[in-house]
Amino acid sequence: MSGKESGYLDMELLRFTTAGSVDDGKSTLIGRLLYDSKAIFEDQMEAIERASVGKGGEEVNLALLTDGLRAEREQGITIDVAYRYFATPKRKFIIADTPGHVQYTRNMVTGASTANAAVILVDARNGVIEQTRRHAYIAALLQIPHVIVCVNKMDLVDFSQERFEEIKADFMQVADRLGNKDVHYLPISAKLGDNVVDESKNMSWYTGRTFIGLLENIPIEHDEDLSDLRFPVQYVIRPQADEYHDYRGYAGRVAGGVFKVGQEVAVFPSGMKSKIAAIDFGGEEKQEAFPPQSVTIRLEDDIDISRGSMISDAENQPQQGQEIELMVSWLSETPMALRKKYTLLHTSNEARCMVTEVLHKVNINTLEEVTDDKTVGLNDIARIRIKTTKPLFFDSYKRNRNTGSLILIDEATNNTVGAGMIL
Amino acid sequence: MEKYTINHLRELEAESVFILREVAAQFENPVMLFSGGKDSIVMFHLARKAFFPARVPFPLMHIDTGHNFDETIKFRDELAESTGTRLIVKYVQDSINNGRAVEEKGPNASRNMLQTVTLLDAIEDEKFDCAMGGGRRDEEKARAKERFFSHRDEFGQWDPKNQRPELWNLFNGKKNVGEHFRVFPISNWTEMDVWQYILLENIEMPNLYYTHEREVFQRDGVWLAKAPFMELKPGEKIEKRKVRCRTIGDITCTGLTLSTANSLEDIIQEVAISRVTERGGRADDKRSEAAMEDRKKEGYF
Repeated sequence: MSGKESGYLDMELLRFTTAGSVDDGKSTLIGRLLYDSKAIFEDQMEAIERASVGKGGEEVNLALLTDGLRAEREQGITIDVAYRYFATPKRKFIIADTPGHVQYTRNMVTGASTANAAVILVDARNGVIEQTRRHAYIAALLQIPHVIVCVNKMDLVDFSQERFEEIKADFMQVADRLGNKDVHYLPISAKLGDNVVDESKNMSWYTGRTFIGLLENIPIEHDEDLSDLRFPVQYVIRPQADEYHDYRGYAGRVAGGVFKVGQEVAVFPSGMKSKIAAIDFGGEEKQEAFPPQSVTIRLEDDIDISRGSMISDAENQPQQGQEIELMVSWLSETPMALRKKYTLLHTSNEARCMVTEVLHKVNINTLEEVTDDKTVGLNDIARIRIKTTKPLFFDSYKRNRNTGSLILIDEATNNTVGAGMIL
Repeated sequence: MEKYTINHLRELEAESVFILREVAAQFENPVMLFSGGKDSIVMFHLARKAFFPARVPFPLMHIDTGHNFDETIKFRDELAESTGTRLIVKYVQDSINNGRAVEEKGPNASRNMLQTVTLLDAIEDEKFDCAMGGGRRDEEKARAKERFFSHRDEFGQWDPKNQRPELWNLFNGKKNVGEHFRVFPISNWTEMDVWQYILLENIEMPNLYYTHEREVFQRDGVWLAKAPFMELKPGEKIEKRKVRCRTIGDITCTGLTLSTANSLEDIIQEVAISRVTERGGRADDKRSEAAMEDRKKEGYF
């Protein structure tokens, strides 16, 4: 690392998702983070204040900052995932903020798909409710590596440690059942600022980190799969210039493992073996590459490789097959149809597939399996089996989020209709 | 054990490079929109890195209002020349001459809106199926919900309520004949990230971004540059000030910042303590609360 890449040029990036409804204090919490970290500017704040007053609101409504579409402002709703940005001296943050109502499962899944951490808000008065379980389920389904449970509105339960511990115990039961990873609990009052940026004076019994402290310090270096070598080829680089006449580079983003010059690799679908001759990026030769870096790999042998090929470990290879079982989150108002052909995108590969069987749906409020109704419609989550036109090279989503995820596209409308996580 | 992490700028770079390569792989005839501003300069720099040692596999296109800072045009031409990149320039004046667009009148007149006509005509005439832009989600609220891959119907319109969900690294560029995509490779960058990256990569920038003395006048609290086609209102007077651009666009709507920042470090300092957004000086956004949304729906950048 060059000397330049130190200090403020050397921060980590953390992507987190927040889900919640209007009344659980989510806007207040995020607003406080943004305002305290100076991510809201004066002209934005003035515009929000103007608009809030115009709508007869008493408090400043931070949703007006990103709910910029006319329809959203008129109806006071959030249509979609809103992305917000802020930074502290330690990390830069990207928030994917999604509305928390049941009908917005699709948005929560979308926001969760790229998140390192999920922030789940619990109203201290209500404790763990249906909505909390729903958020925990989606965090587990999407394998978000870290969960922060903020027990909010502690000021309304007299900052009671017993109440906090009770809610924590309830959530732990849910998390155990769902398999949520690395769960952190903290008591806050977003409105008063307790344990958000500054430590609470009202809850000296809590000795853990504040909310911002957690966001800044959660270790994210092991979030990616560093053990299985996976490199989906995105694009083949063949310069026309004479000086690079024999150059043939495979461009892509490392999906797993640490690639090193000299390593033996296997390339799929052919299964041919070769060695890594060089790893390039932007005119610089590198000795190694790991997720989520975008690089260009050159091999020692000239073998048939194109977009959709996968360069992997010679020994530890991805699974391959045409009959695949997965969890699907349905994103379209048109229900999923059995035997219908869908286009499938998986890593840099494209295939066609059909759904051969719906095994069960999941009731995301009770977390029970539903087998008597197998119609998979908008916001439903189901376990299904598909058959593809050609073999895919994949891992289970649990093992690798990059090589275990896929989307389904309706061939008539070109819309993205399903999000799949391979089992 | 070795630590396999990269910093925020390298992660944003990796993400943008991935998007640029997806564009090259998924579209037949993509084009990169280039305004000569910092965002398009950074986007082009990323494209050069993404395809190195090959040349960038798509042309640059500038929608030229004719109301530019001279420095922008010079910088644009030199950059295309030195990197061997094909540059297409489409003129708003041509759209006016052939009756496709009507010039606004009066001291507030701007050709900013007219660019949409020229842009959509260019996309249709040249049969581009994808136009990349340097838009960022943090710069304006109508952009906050924009996708990386943003679908446009055959009229070039954006339907913000009906966007395709975008999950993981899987980008759906499927479309019917006559439709196209707008792709925004630096969606997740903030103004601060852009400047930090320029410093990190030592990217050459037009002098307009650094402090310089210029003849300016003040209108509605915003400093604007003196230019032959800028009509003064009563009470407005030309004076000399030390200024720099925070954004660069059409001269009629680019607000200047009083500043003495003459290095990248100075600019980063200035951005860090700034209390207004960079578009705060853009007269085009001030027309109404949903000015950007309305322009974007019609096919604006």
